[in-house]
Amino acid sequence: MHAFEYHRPKTLDEAAAVLARAEDASPVAGGQTLLQTLRQRLAEPSDLVDLRGIPDLYGITREGDSLRIGAMVRHNEVARSREVEQAIPALAGLAGGIGDAQVRNMGTLGGSIANNDPAADYPAGLLGLGATVHTSQRTIPADEFFVDMFETALEPGEIVRSVDFPIPQRASYIKFAQPASRFALVGVMVSQGAGGVRVAVTGAGPAVFRVPDMEQALALDFSADAIRDIRVPADELNDDIHGTPEYRAHLVTVLARRAVEAALNAG
Amino acid sequence: MATAETGIGKAAKRKEDRRFLTGEGRYTDDIDLPGQVYACFLRSPHAHARINRIDTGPAREAPGVVAVYTGDDLAADGVGGIPCGWQITDVDGQPMKEPAHPALAQGKVRYVGDQVAVVIAESYHQAKDAAERIDVDYDILDAVVSPAEALEEGRPQVHDEAPGNQCYVWELGDGDAVDDAFNRAAHVTRLDLVNQRLAPNAIEPRAAVASYSRGEDQYTLYTTSQNPHVTRLLMSAFVLNLPEHKVRVVAPDVGGGFGSKIFHYAEEAVLTWASRKVGRPIKWTAERVESFMSDAHGRDHVTHAELAMDDSGKFLGMRVNTKANLGAYLSTFAPSVPTILYGTLLAGQYTTPAIHCRVTGVFTNTAPVDAYRGAGRPEATYVVERLVSAAAREMGMDQAEIRRRNFIPRDAFPYQTPVALTYDVGDYDATLTEAMRMADVDGFEARRKEAQARGKYRGIGYSTYIEACGLAPSNIAGALGARAGLFEAGEVRLHPTGKVTVFTGSHSHGQGHETTFAQIVASRLGVPYEDVDVVHGDTDRIAFGMGTYGSRSLAVGGSAIMKALDKVIDKGRKIAAHMLEAAEQDIEYDDGTYRVAGTDKEISMGEIAFSAYVPHNYPLEQLEPGLDENAFYDPTNFTYPAGSHICEVEVDPDTGKVEVVNFTAVDDFGNVINPMIVEGQVHGGLAQGIGQALLEQCIYDPDSGQLVTGTYMDYIMPRADDLPSFRVGTQNTPCTHNPLGVKGCGEAGTIGSPPAVIDAIIDALSPLGVRHLDMPATPVRVWQAIQDAQGSRAA
Amino acid sequence: MNVSLTVNGKAVSAEVEPRTLLVEFLRDELGLTGTHVGCDTGQCGACTVHLDGRAVKACSVLVGQADGAEVLTIEGLAGEDGSLHPMQAAFHEQHGLQCGFCTPGMVMAAIDLVRSYPGASDTTIRAQLEGNLCRCTGYENIVRAVRTGAANMEAQ
Repeated sequence: MHAFEYHRPKTLDEAAAVLARAEDASPVAGGQTLLQTLRQRLAEPSDLVDLRGIPDLYGITREGDSLRIGAMVRHNEVARSREVEQAIPALAGLAGGIGDAQVRNMGTLGGSIANNDPAADYPAGLLGLGATVHTSQRTIPADEFFVDMFETALEPGEIVRSVDFPIPQRASYIKFAQPASRFALVGVMVSQGAGGVRVAVTGAGPAVFRVPDMEQALALDFSADAIRDIRVPADELNDDIHGTPEYRAHLVTVLARRAVEAALNAG
Repeated sequence: MATAETGIGKAAKRKEDRRFLTGEGRYTDDIDLPGQVYACFLRSPHAHARINRIDTGPAREAPGVVAVYTGDDLAADGVGGIPCGWQITDVDGQPMKEPAHPALAQGKVRYVGDQVAVVIAESYHQAKDAAERIDVDYDILDAVVSPAEALEEGRPQVHDEAPGNQCYVWELGDGDAVDDAFNRAAHVTRLDLVNQRLAPNAIEPRAAVASYSRGEDQYTLYTTSQNPHVTRLLMSAFVLNLPEHKVRVVAPDVGGGFGSKIFHYAEEAVLTWASRKVGRPIKWTAERVESFMSDAHGRDHVTHAELAMDDSGKFLGMRVNTKANLGAYLSTFAPSVPTILYGTLLAGQYTTPAIHCRVTGVFTNTAPVDAYRGAGRPEATYVVERLVSAAAREMGMDQAEIRRRNFIPRDAFPYQTPVALTYDVGDYDATLTEAMRMADVDGFEARRKEAQARGKYRGIGYSTYIEACGLAPSNIAGALGARAGLFEAGEVRLHPTGKVTVFTGSHSHGQGHETTFAQIVASRLGVPYEDVDVVHGDTDRIAFGMGTYGSRSLAVGGSAIMKALDKVIDKGRKIAAHMLEAAEQDIEYDDGTYRVAGTDKEISMGEIAFSAYVPHNYPLEQLEPGLDENAFYDPTNFTYPAGSHICEVEVDPDTGKVEVVNFTAVDDFGNVINPMIVEGQVHGGLAQGIGQALLEQCIYDPDSGQLVTGTYMDYIMPRADDLPSFRVGTQNTPCTHNPLGVKGCGEAGTIGSPPAVIDAIIDALSPLGVRHLDMPATPVRVWQAIQDAQGSRAA
Repeated sequence: MNVSLTVNGKAVSAEVEPRTLLVEFLRDELGLTGTHVGCDTGQCGACTVHLDGRAVKACSVLVGQADGAEVLTIEGLAGEDGSLHPMQAAFHEQHGLQCGFCTPGMVMAAIDLVRSYPGASDTTIRAQLEGNLCRCTGYENIVRAVRTGAANMEAQ
């Protein structure tokens, strides 16, 4: 790990100020990806800004038809939260399957989405549930938040405060794990709610994406059979030792069907 | 008196556990010496490149740097290359090609991870920071990573001394007899098999701490080794040219080895040499990425194999042609693994009368390949059992029936195979029968139907394996090319108070020798188990040792201790005769007590020990005082553990994911000292065998030679939820030629299990037309196999 | 920078480089070498300790992130009289360790597991131990040990 300065701000403003001032600063939330990146010397930030001490970034609250989760809420807190389990059990399930137990005890919602790993689970959760991201500066819909591989709509110095998840009628997230890293080789979030049907896929492509063909078919008929023959094109999907693009494309359909079945069984 | 819980055959709880459970274990990286500095090795980022120039200037100027060395510095001090401990003789009588293996690169790098320079600094961070500032000017050359391609015309040449990248061609068996068998055959089964490359992945990375005392002119090396004496011998005599007695090598607690810590590695020699140069102790601990790149890998065979049968399924002959990847350099025992430990096992449990094996050892631009748990024997078992299972399918025979028809019968031992070995004893039918009972083979078809109803394909696979363990009779090993003996040393020291310290040349890195050996010694001497301590892993404390590998510790190391115990007991008998005023031949010994036959006159081992050290009433004119005996044991044969593994899998055809739902292993290990430890060894072996079958593979990019699976993010390690709960049993026939009647159990699980898993998958998917599958059966590969089979059916 | 935390019940304060990982602090500064490092990617779990009562990977936490927190390592588990924690005892009883290298992390993870999932099934135990690699045991006896440890902990 290269050397860096370390800051422990107590407020969001203080954090934003440090981030603005430093040459190449990076916020650290849970640090579960960042620290490994630094250990492998794949990144060299001049400063780390630890968001742990900022009280605004915590808490899980239900507000009407929406669930608000603070950026610094750990995956295991979401997984075991009664609020989340009652409102959006699929989200609790998603959080309970991120990384491993130790990672879930440190890793946070804000850290995960700000990193936007193409195989992370939360991006599919946000996109598949039609969530909204509140930052230190503004409000960004999930559809605009995830831009590309490891790239989000966040400006330098902008910090995720919380995420609002509209509570769907039914939803499910099914993940097929890459057998070594246990990240999603393919993960599919399906939801049906006031905003319509959403199908979001992680792991398969360079970044999380929606599958409009499936959404349309499910809007007409929310059943696994309705999407049986809908394939996403393989040509833009990831290719590595754990899965060819064709295999990933196939898994998208298999997992989407299973997610629809699970959502129906749960709801 | 060993109590009921700790006697031979009892599941004594382990003596070593407490320190490991409380964080008091002392592994190499836990050792800090006063004034210690840290080493970081700069490794080649290229698979094959010429080094034009290395500029270490900026690194030397970096904060905290104490020294930077390259291959030139080693050469200037006359440091030699890393030696190979085994010489294979080519089929035309020539010795194998044995190119130099410099400890730091000389002029060329030959694999990604090849060590180029070492930086020594006040902290590891500083050493690593400085290593990034070394500027190496490389001319990148084309690389070759696959053994089959490396043998082709026009491929990159790894070593000038080995034209065509060929290290040796080795043959075993009677080719004419095999040709004759194939001419007479009613059926021939043919398979092309890949036994993929694996990374051993002990969870403790390799590490070393070296120091030099000017006052005593003494070097000390703490290292993660399975055999510290061998490391000392190789390093002092062949690399550093130091007097052996001036080098102490200590292998303290070692966090797993699986073969990868047998070998003498360059880092050990460089650190030891540099500790004198800089006058301070130096520590190096591998990062996991370095382990993946630079620990010796295992397996990596490409094989064509054929089995000839008569129309009843009786095996007539076997023909095997293997290309074995040796990597860029010859690691310590590399040449022996795909030859002596492979070709000799091709008879398996069967009476196949004619076998011929041809192995080509190949250099490539990859990490050295050497022994990894099982070493040659898993590769042999995979060939034999895949052939047998495929033959049964092709001939429409039952998997158990084809095996039983060809088993060496129980009354045929000792049995001379056509591939050099003489099996001493075994009962193969017994292990198969018991395994089938435990696996509930009778209920399988019902389970298959039930799975089908859930959309899963269920299959069952068999493997009836044999291994040769307890390495090895030194004279035979020598005739086969070993440059060392393969005996073991043991010493039993009774203290004046009757407490006992045992010194063994075996090394425990998880096997529980401190417990098993103490059980033997306590039982034999009749002293409490708690009063026996076992010392291993230090060349200053133990006379000599060949270390632990090849499931040899109990069969060879334990036998050495038995010999030392015999000497102790014999000496004690003389002392007892004197003290009891009886003739030596009238003294009986049993469980720690000497008795004058037919009388109630007796004396305990504790009293004898006291008398030996306080020799007031003692036969000083005939006998030395003290009770401390040393023995060396050289086995007269290998041991032959064998067994039957039965695997049941369920395959999800939509995702290709395979779940091992049942795994049964029934093994013949000879006598068992501690069944709890034996069972644990089987569990661990099975995890590695199932890991090979389903998950693990080292992949080098075929063009760039980069290691694609360089971290746990891509190399699939078996985790708790990848594995089933195992059903394990034994059906033992005691070994006939060592004093304990033991065979060895450390590698059985890894050797026997892979073909059982793969054949279970093939069995499951045969309704879909799948006939063949290579390891590892990852989801994508299984799914692809189903697609291909369906596609070819449709076509 | 200065950090103050409680390690195994003792207050500790030290001047450290910001890039110091919690595991480096424990091993190199405090000499608590029972916490091991087995990888560089946060996968193996050999470095698992408790941070404010929850299992975390000490290789994935900066010591700065543990400032003000309570850390429990394998060295802090046994009683002052040397009596083993029920989970340590269970690993001994069930032969849940061989080389011992993954063991401290495995035991620390297991204790958090049992607290989080009382009465966990074997399937849950295996799933929740996803973050801890063992190369020796094939996990069979670890699962048995966690089950036994859970019962031992409940009995206390």
